[in-house]
Amino acid sequence: MSRTTELAPGMRVRTRATDPVGHTRLPRYARGAVGVLVERAGAHPLADERARGRATEPHPVWHVRFAAADLFGSGDHTVTVELWEDYLTPVEES
Amino acid sequence: MSDDHASSLISAEVRHVEALLESRGLLGAGEIDTRIDEFLAGGTPANGARIVAHAWTDPGFAARLLADANEAIREVGLSMAGGLQEQRLKVVANTAEEHNVVVCTLCSCYPIALLGPSPSWYKSEAYRSRVVRDPRGVLAEFGLELPAATRISVWDASAESRYMVVPRRPAGTDGLTEPELAGLVTRKGLIGTAAV
Repeated sequence: MSRTTELAPGMRVRTRATDPVGHTRLPRYARGAVGVLVERAGAHPLADERARGRATEPHPVWHVRFAAADLFGSGDHTVTVELWEDYLTPVEES
Repeated sequence: MSDDHASSLISAEVRHVEALLESRGLLGAGEIDTRIDEFLAGGTPANGARIVAHAWTDPGFAARLLADANEAIREVGLSMAGGLQEQRLKVVANTAEEHNVVVCTLCSCYPIALLGPSPSWYKSEAYRSRVVRDPRGVLAEFGLELPAATRISVWDASAESRYMVVPRRPAGTDGLTEPELAGLVTRKGLIGTAAV
């Protein structure tokens, strides 16, 4: 995994939009969405790789908070999803 | 998982693998059941209630609990290390401004070793799919009508952490002892589908 920007709390990130062939822990409703990093949730072997029977090193995991309106088009609540860093790309602040 | 798998293909496969492991002496007869029983032996909502009551009466503990729940619950003799490896516990606290509710949209992740088996509704397709989209409506169906000004935060246990909610301490409970306070806390309160 190559990443030029270190992730940090408060940073805005966009989730991967693709629908992978096999197992993933990026829920469908949170794909291709922009959220805010809340907190690191440790590091764990990437579930996508483990499900394919591949050995994997621990990868950083984050609590990422989304506005419901950004996920579903409506709602005034937030949804905080726990996501591997592999699913996330920092959003350039203009 | 929400369904009964006793007659499913995966159950047959698991039984077959178990039999192979036993026939090769890698696994004792009944060892898996014993390990599962051991894993579940200490899990009960009473553990969560005890943690909540202690947090209500000790603000320092409450702060430590929200910052690092795994370390903090050791202070009351509990641990998330009951399984093969210690699971990360994330505790979130309700306030007058914000209400938290927990779901696992992908399957049914829950702090089983700490709180015991999850309720059946927690594993239902309906709860898992609806509470992320319309938590206010789902909570109302549970009988929890939140003020319009109360923000709702839904937590999806989509990776390796397990979650527990600290409900708000009910009014008029100043004179109660810690065990009496613990008696007020329900399993739904620890998930966020009830006020306490």
